Amino acid sequence: MRMVVQNGTVIDPANRLEADRDLLIEEGVIRELGRPGSFAAVEAQRIDASGCVVAPGLIDMHVHLREPGYEYKETVLTGTQAAVAGGFTALACMANTSPVNDNGAVTRFIVEQARAAGLARVFPIGALSKGLHGEELAAIGEMVEAGAVAISDDGRPVMDANLMRRALEYCSMFDVPISVHEEDLHLSAGGSMNEGPTSVRLGIRGVPSVAEEVMVARDIALARLTRGRVHIAHVSTRRAVALVRQAKAEGLAVTAEVAPHHFTLTEAAVEGYDTHAKMSPPLRLADDVTAMKEGLRDGSIDAIATDHAPHHRDEKEVEFDQAAHGVTGLETALPLTLKLVRDGVFCLSEAVRKLSVNPARILGLPYGTLAVGRPADLTLFDTRATWRVDPLASRSRSQNTPFAGWELTGKVRLTMVEGRIVYADCEQEGKPA
Amino acid sequence: MTFSQRHFLGIEGLSRDELLFVLHTAESFREISEREVKKVPTLRGKTIINLFYESSTRTRSSFEIAAKRLSADAINISASTSSVNKGETLLDTARNLCAMRPAALVIRHPASGAPHLLARLDQCPVINAGDGAHEHPTQALLDVMTIREHLGDVAGKSIAIVGDILHSRVARSNILALTTLGAQVRLIGPPTLLPLECSRWGVERHTNLRAGLAGVDAIMMLRLQRERQMRNFFPSLDEYARGFCLTVEALKEAKPNVIILHPGPMNRGVEIDSRVADGPYSVILEQVTNGVAVRMAVLYLLTTQERLATQEQSVTNGQAVGQERTDRQTQPGAWAERPQPGQEKGPSRQPEPFLLPERAVGQ
Amino acid sequence: MPQAAQRIVLDSAAISRALTRIAHEILERNQGGDQLALVGIHTRGVDLSVRLADKIAAVEGVRPQCGAIDITLYRDDVGRTRTQPEVHGTSIPFAVDTMRIVLVDDVLYTGRTVRAAMDALVDFGRPKSIQLAVLVDRGHRELPIRPDYVGKNIPTSYEERVSVCLVEHDGQDRVVIE
Repeated sequence: MRMVVQNGTVIDPANRLEADRDLLIEEGVIRELGRPGSFAAVEAQRIDASGCVVAPGLIDMHVHLREPGYEYKETVLTGTQAAVAGGFTALACMANTSPVNDNGAVTRFIVEQARAAGLARVFPIGALSKGLHGEELAAIGEMVEAGAVAISDDGRPVMDANLMRRALEYCSMFDVPISVHEEDLHLSAGGSMNEGPTSVRLGIRGVPSVAEEVMVARDIALARLTRGRVHIAHVSTRRAVALVRQAKAEGLAVTAEVAPHHFTLTEAAVEGYDTHAKMSPPLRLADDVTAMKEGLRDGSIDAIATDHAPHHRDEKEVEFDQAAHGVTGLETALPLTLKLVRDGVFCLSEAVRKLSVNPARILGLPYGTLAVGRPADLTLFDTRATWRVDPLASRSRSQNTPFAGWELTGKVRLTMVEGRIVYADCEQEGKPA
Repeated sequence: MTFSQRHFLGIEGLSRDELLFVLHTAESFREISEREVKKVPTLRGKTIINLFYESSTRTRSSFEIAAKRLSADAINISASTSSVNKGETLLDTARNLCAMRPAALVIRHPASGAPHLLARLDQCPVINAGDGAHEHPTQALLDVMTIREHLGDVAGKSIAIVGDILHSRVARSNILALTTLGAQVRLIGPPTLLPLECSRWGVERHTNLRAGLAGVDAIMMLRLQRERQMRNFFPSLDEYARGFCLTVEALKEAKPNVIILHPGPMNRGVEIDSRVADGPYSVILEQVTNGVAVRMAVLYLLTTQERLATQEQSVTNGQAVGQERTDRQTQPGAWAERPQPGQEKGPSRQPEPFLLPERAVGQ
Repeated sequence: MPQAAQRIVLDSAAISRALTRIAHEILERNQGGDQLALVGIHTRGVDLSVRLADKIAAVEGVRPQCGAIDITLYRDDVGRTRTQPEVHGTSIPFAVDTMRIVLVDDVLYTGRTVRAAMDALVDFGRPKSIQLAVLVDRGHRELPIRPDYVGKNIPTSYEERVSVCLVEHDGQDRVVIE
């Protein structure tokens, strides 16, 4: 079976390509790229990408799919439905399920659920410690064998520095990175939002920036000691970015990601005790938001990852202190990133790099490229189309987005995984190709 | 002027004029508690629900007495958050209570922002009787009212607030009220309990009691919660008292006619020496008396605009709530016989299904 | 466009004469100023009660006790009015029991204000009697209430408005129908 994606603008940073190109896809693999009209004579299903960017499928290296155990929040199926609607063709999902993904059986279960769903590719991230208790190493080798692409206790920090050291040493054997949730629990002391002027005024216990920074500093030191691969998850403070920048300059194997809410919102979003603005790490100050953009621009921050954390309404419609941490993000990540492009933070191809190329590189996945011979995972999006965020229209099983009612610019038109159309914008249906 | 706030969630957001209006109203109510018959008929037939998720003697009884002196029926519900963890959420509890059509819901809750959550339901006026470490607006009003009785206008007066500023809702509300009315506020306490961000409020920050008290017109002592010691905010109660207990000696730094306030309950010998607490400068019991007047004023201002607000709401969004529906439920027969579609919009058709099936059987 | 005709029905001198006459009538009816107190109803009734007390003092040499009453909390239309009435202070600085009390108000209309004022007053004790003095009675009673002392009876229609202006609040003395 053949397909031609024509009249689009291809942006393929991995191959330094940014031009109008048509793509010929055969058997789920990119067969050829040619100038517009090159494949006019080929008999194939045609996809009109006029007015659209054709990019390698987006890869979200930090989501919570909640299955097994919390299917009322999200399942692999609903999570990947939201993912493909947001332009993502691959996800890496965190281990804080129930049971915890700390052994090969759970890893295989998730992989199997993803295969059954048949939408985005799902790559489990295995737990670092058994039960996420931060005490004993989980069955890392077994999980890697079953398909885990990284190791993380995300949701909880690894407070035991020696355990972190051993994990880094041990993981080097498999060449998988350890994604770290940086929060000193003694310093965060049960806080629910950023410690700063707003927390003092609202009377909410705060999480100081240093709770993140001391852990980033510690793990960079351990990366230096062990030569292990540390990936700083959801970086949120200016000094944390600066530490990553230093570590990179030193040549350590340290990478970092930022979540769209951390480069878009400040702690002011908590005003009125809006639990949809409660997440970990918390929303910080305007200066930190600026630092996120600087980090993205100069490469200190490698990737944009959503930390998509679906929660049921009942877990958010409660007192702020008791509300669950986290927001959904799969369907809003691309337009929020495109806003950075419009604001001049970086160019479009750099945006694609953060959303696709770099996550693939960090996780060691053969995606994030439109090179001939590679699987046809791609995303077509219109950078100008606007839409309003309606939580009830979300494909995710949960609606906990802090962007409800926002008017966003940038809309996914079509998502393809291995040559299969897994999402097509209904607005575009019926449009003659 | 009229008071246009639907809920009373905090001092934050109230203008100087609004604050003064509530204070004037409260001052007018003070006299009622001096009468032989301490009751006016204003809120006859209205129900005030006091929903207390934290133990409280003073505030709860003050709200109850205020409601009763206005002839409202006051219902007290003491809920412990532990039982809430077992079952019903705060919102569900509130929805159920609102279904009983109270005129106002007074809530005390250990979580900051809990009253705001209920206010978003917008079923009836919500009055914040203290939420976590956020605000305790009626306490601030009674404090300011007491200060005004002794010192007149608070503008330009120097007022010290001493103790655990970090965790104190009383401090927050007072800082907002006093600075809005033009007073100069000094915060005094150990640095662990005195966040650096305080300076953004336009207040002075002192970690030395005597230096902070120099020349002040009024001193507001905060209650020290003993469990703070366990979390290393200070080494021991003794050491705290050594630095921050208001003693007769420390008091010499203040103006000669200084007054001393305390929201209670007091830890004698920890934050305040008994000789000071019971001494001539103490206005602590006047605060309690004024508390009733303040709460009467707030209940009056919020509940006597309710019917108006409900009516407006039913016109604007077509949802027949509150008063209207209660009226109809008292005479279901008349309603079922003659539905008046012209007066009804949207979902208020709902009583019909209850009646129609029976009639269908009859026919 | 001319506004609905404004008609002055009492000027400053007429108001003063009416109050003087009422002062005499009060003294005559109560056989002097003993055990007598005047209670004005907020706002202009309070001013009138003070003036009456002055006039009684001029005649008798003894000034009767004065009080002020705010009926807001006793209204029968709490929560029904478009604007929320402001609460003023009530001040009855004497024991009400056994006193002869004259309630003083500017305009008597439906009688509802007077009903509320009597309810408020009896919360302070059990007066020997309550009498009612008004500057203007414009008719249209909705309750069985009758004044004991009237400055001037002014028949009006429902559409008309009677405004009493007093120096204390309005800068001049006059009663106007609009």
